[in-house]
Amino acid sequence: MSVSTLTGLAIEATGLTKSFGTTRAVDGVDLAVREGSVYGVLGPNGAGKTTTIRMLATLVAPDAGTASVMGHDIVAEPDAVRSCISLTGQLASVDEDLTGRENLILLGRLYGLRRPAAKGRADELLEAFGLAEAAGRLVKHFSGGMRRRLDIAASIVVTPQLMFLDEPTTGLDPRSRNQVWDIIRALVSGGTTILLCTQYLEEADQLADGIAVIDRGRVIAEGTPAQLKASVGSGALRVRLLDAGQRDRARAVLEPVLGAVSLEADPAALSGPCGDGDRGAAAVAALSASGVHVAGFSLGQPSLDEVFLALTGHRAAEAGGSDPAGEGPGPDAEDPGPDADRGGPGRPAGGDGPR
Amino acid sequence: MTAAGTPPVELAHADEAAVRRAIASTPRPAAAGPLSSAATFAWRGMLKVKHVPEQLLDVTITPVMFVLMFTYIFGGAISGSTGQYRDYLVPGILVMSVLFTTVYSGVALNTDLTKGVVDRFRSLPIWGGAPLLGSMAGDSARYLANGTVILTLGVALGFRPEPLGAVAALVLVVVLAFGLSWVFCALGLLMRSPSAVMNAGFMSVFPLTFLSNVFVQSSTLPGPLAAFVDVNPISILADASRALMQGEVPADKILLVLAVAAALTAAFAPLTARLYRRR
Repeated sequence: MSVSTLTGLAIEATGLTKSFGTTRAVDGVDLAVREGSVYGVLGPNGAGKTTTIRMLATLVAPDAGTASVMGHDIVAEPDAVRSCISLTGQLASVDEDLTGRENLILLGRLYGLRRPAAKGRADELLEAFGLAEAAGRLVKHFSGGMRRRLDIAASIVVTPQLMFLDEPTTGLDPRSRNQVWDIIRALVSGGTTILLCTQYLEEADQLADGIAVIDRGRVIAEGTPAQLKASVGSGALRVRLLDAGQRDRARAVLEPVLGAVSLEADPAALSGPCGDGDRGAAAVAALSASGVHVAGFSLGQPSLDEVFLALTGHRAAEAGGSDPAGEGPGPDAEDPGPDADRGGPGRPAGGDGPR
Repeated sequence: MTAAGTPPVELAHADEAAVRRAIASTPRPAAAGPLSSAATFAWRGMLKVKHVPEQLLDVTITPVMFVLMFTYIFGGAISGSTGQYRDYLVPGILVMSVLFTTVYSGVALNTDLTKGVVDRFRSLPIWGGAPLLGSMAGDSARYLANGTVILTLGVALGFRPEPLGAVAALVLVVVLAFGLSWVFCALGLLMRSPSAVMNAGFMSVFPLTFLSNVFVQSSTLPGPLAAFVDVNPISILADASRALMQGEVPADKILLVLAVAAALTAAFAPLTARLYRRR
């Protein structure tokens, strides 16, 4: 992989700060992203992810702090930064009233391709992203997954050195999500650096080489997925009961063995930290000895969800706005409303999504 | 809003190998020049007319109805004969119709902002003025189309303007419309929803049009009202259009209209550009 900056860093940010009114959306963020890597910025809604991306992509100026992107200062050399990056925003950044093909031709022309080259490139990308048959349809008739794929295709009309992906799978059904992940992996293998903002812990775990956990505008932890998991210090036992009604009883049995036990969103499941397999086995044995029926159990590294809990003292899903975190709202869902930290002065900060 | 009968289409997977090839195959072209970028945005505006023709229809049907209603219902009462009133009204409605269309420039801009597409445009390595200037140029083509419809209707009803004068009047109207559309673009960047922009736009253009000499001569109005109507730029533009269509060249009025267009552009274009960048 060729390194095009002196430092080998695609992004180097120190103390980035941005306030909207009295709200500090981003409060002193430091980032160092190696060229050729996927860097995950993980946090709940409203944590400051989108505002951080918008600053790095030269859309808003920081109030304080400095950052360079591909070796160019974001304030002093915005044009140089723009010619290295592409942005896939949280709201699909394509034009709904144009066809898929027209969207890609439009961007090709804006990137400086001549008309025939722009057309050829559009067709090549539509083919590669499985959108060739829908190419002539208006984007407003696309499903959520197709829109996302078009959005990413639009970001690589001219291959960027650095790509910002803001919640690329929010609102997608699992199948479309896997497709987007495959595309991201293909991009990385082609040498593009990716800054990936996500509120899905699994997504960062699947794709990212390094992760910054961000909460209330600050980076509260940083490292590889493995390091972050290790920092929590233990594995976890997850138990799923045959009868959800026995959960309180199971909790009472497990607590003396495991220490802390947390109830999961699944009404029949609960989990707790356990240092090693023996303690886990003892815990499961204690359950069956007390007459609690176990449907299944697993022992593993803590999930990033548990990492978040350990780092912030609250679960990721509770921290942010009103969006239902965790499960996406099913196939073909509309994009969610804008992130709470996205609204600048004069714009509504949330609520109504795109029409 | 969208056709209810059109189901979303879900198609094949992205092809990972093809995605890899697609990434590998692009040498970065030289950046697009300012004019070329603006032209691309103008093309985008035209495509929207093609895909969402209702928008153009809205602002055309109302003036067409006005021409028919006023000519045949009120024309006799106002001017003594429908033919005479038609010749007075058509140049005025041309002005009204095109100026109403300018509101849609602001509406379209605001619609863009509620989507994510503006963020993408702003993250491109292009001249910052290109999106605005290009959209305006595309909109001007729309104004021309709109004005042509009104003139054609007038001719169909028996109006016989000097051909060259009619073209000149149309161009003059489009020039003022270009200036005025900056005002609505600024509004489009400040207001919260497309419908709010549309309301604000129509609430201001509608009374200003009625408080002009588009429909009646100012000499028939009470003193203070006539005084306002006489200095209303819409009256001056309507007068200039009428004169041009009769084969005259009202230099003073033409200059005044051009000055108003230039002043509106000078005041609102930089403001609009700043608001757009800051968004």
